[in-house]
Amino acid sequence: MRQWRLHPLMMLLPVLAAALAGRLLPVWTLSLATVAASNALVALGIVILARTGNVSFGQGLFFAAGGYGVALVANAWGITDAAAQMLIGAACGGLLGLLIGPLIARYSGIFFGMLTLALSMVFYGALVKSTALGGSDGFNVGRPTLFGIVFVDPREADFMLYAISVVTTGIAGIAAAILFRSEFGLVSLAVRENNLRVEYLGLSANRVIVANFAIAAAFAGASGAFALMAQRHIDPQFAYWTTSGEFVFIAVLAGYQTVMAVYVASLALELVRSFSNLYLPNTWQLVLGLFLLAVILFLPRGIGSLWAGKPRRSGAPAMAEPVPERGGAP
Amino acid sequence: MNLVLTIVLDGLIEASWLFVVALGLTLVFGVLKILNIAHGSFYALGAYIAATVVTASAAHHLPPAAGFVAMLLTVAFVAGAVGVLLERGLLKMFYGRDEVVLLLVTYAVFLILEDVTKLIWGVNPIYATQPYELFGNVAFAGLYYVGYDLMLIPASAAIGFAVWFGLNRTIRGKIVLAVIHNEEISLSMGVRVSRVYAAAFGFGVLLAATAGALTAPKISMQPGLSSDVIILSFAIVVIGGLGGVEGAAVGAILVGLARAASVHLMPQAELFVIYLIMAAVLLIRPEGLFRRETARRI
Repeated sequence: MRQWRLHPLMMLLPVLAAALAGRLLPVWTLSLATVAASNALVALGIVILARTGNVSFGQGLFFAAGGYGVALVANAWGITDAAAQMLIGAACGGLLGLLIGPLIARYSGIFFGMLTLALSMVFYGALVKSTALGGSDGFNVGRPTLFGIVFVDPREADFMLYAISVVTTGIAGIAAAILFRSEFGLVSLAVRENNLRVEYLGLSANRVIVANFAIAAAFAGASGAFALMAQRHIDPQFAYWTTSGEFVFIAVLAGYQTVMAVYVASLALELVRSFSNLYLPNTWQLVLGLFLLAVILFLPRGIGSLWAGKPRRSGAPAMAEPVPERGGAP
Repeated sequence: MNLVLTIVLDGLIEASWLFVVALGLTLVFGVLKILNIAHGSFYALGAYIAATVVTASAAHHLPPAAGFVAMLLTVAFVAGAVGVLLERGLLKMFYGRDEVVLLLVTYAVFLILEDVTKLIWGVNPIYATQPYELFGNVAFAGLYYVGYDLMLIPASAAIGFAVWFGLNRTIRGKIVLAVIHNEEISLSMGVRVSRVYAAAFGFGVLLAATAGALTAPKISMQPGLSSDVIILSFAIVVIGGLGGVEGAAVGAILVGLARAASVHLMPQAELFVIYLIMAAVLLIRPEGLFRRETARRI
């Protein structure tokens, strides 16, 4: 039925190649690509969650939770290892997601979005007013290390950060592709189509949503850790609604068809942003807005529709990648 | 006692202009089913235009009252035109898409308007304080208030009543209500739904901009104005329930009072108390305080 597909694990090779290619890239692209990869990780979480039919407008909450968690741990116990920080960030985000998930899994559609937005803004409000965490100015953290290696040369440090963020998001993407084909991934789609019928089949729709929500939250938390390592500074802006909006922006830009599109969209957004920042410093938001409108208008199913096929049922909402039939994939 | 009175009055003043903004947001959501993120930008647009008109009229030595009236008329005219043009020229192209996509379209409009206001009015704060002295000062029960602030309460109540009356007691309003309830049936009954869309969006923008104009003399206009306002009006419509005049009023009063109370009693909680109320309302009554439950499809 479908064209021949690679097993997702085969994608490990291009991911490693992309990480090593960072050696050849000029420095400014390294930090840009790091930010793009880390944003893509949050957007990937949104795509995963969107497969259950819910879009979160508050991923900034977990993004900030991961960032602040890592920053506090780093300053309190001196954990500067980049890989450990990434795991701490993912744990902070994921745990918070598990905590909040059951509360909001009952809601759907616009209420789900509004509630996640509200929670992230509660967090933002609390952060701005907490003097212990630096209030609206935030605070700084030290340079990350990796496996005991201290990077003195900033170029080396940038490359390390680039490599680890690309590898992490790459592995997350591969995991997502495997997840989408699993039974769990298919049930998630079923929840989007009709959660009551899923319940009739003896499955808990809420539990499926909570699991997806926690995955998305863990991804956002890990991404927060990367953002922290890249900026070596954290402030409440991490949790502000425009930050969350940008992640949804990337997810919609990518479309919900392929995992790859999320990276392309994130990179495209970062490129548009930094070039318009460079050449049109006063109107970069305008350029960004026009870019978004153009993509929504001319690529209704996102950037992914440039190379991924059309969904099989034309009547279905273009939210998810076409699901390969059992045994249909090689 | 004085503290309670201060909180109530401050809260009502805050609620009055927030109510007008939220009314526009809820109306646009009711008719077009779009949660308009750019709504805060229209508020900012109204405030900036008001500042320009007020400054210009002061420069021509017109009396402040004339400047005030000119400000309201100019803002109403420009905002209505901008709203209808945006709906016909841009939003129309995206109808029928996913609700998240429509939300992002308004997010793009928000980004664009953010820079457009910066290009026109610059990034430095600007002021339009002349009309602020128009209504003098009021002293009662040992409290001193600027008359302009107190005037906002009846003004917004009048706007709210006018909108309620227009929607529920006039034939045009009933047509709008019909579109809110079911646009397909309205269409089949001969309602020109696309016109209702344009008019409703234009009117929503008008309300936001009017609120901006009314508050312009009180505040300093600078970048970032729009993103704060939109998040507050979101909270209001979510608390009150999307799509109703009463809901917007109750939501605005709750938010206004909560904000005033926290400013006076617990300043460090000012930002977050509003979202806390919003989260609490969503957890207990996700449809908002004033929204009927709708039957769900199995």
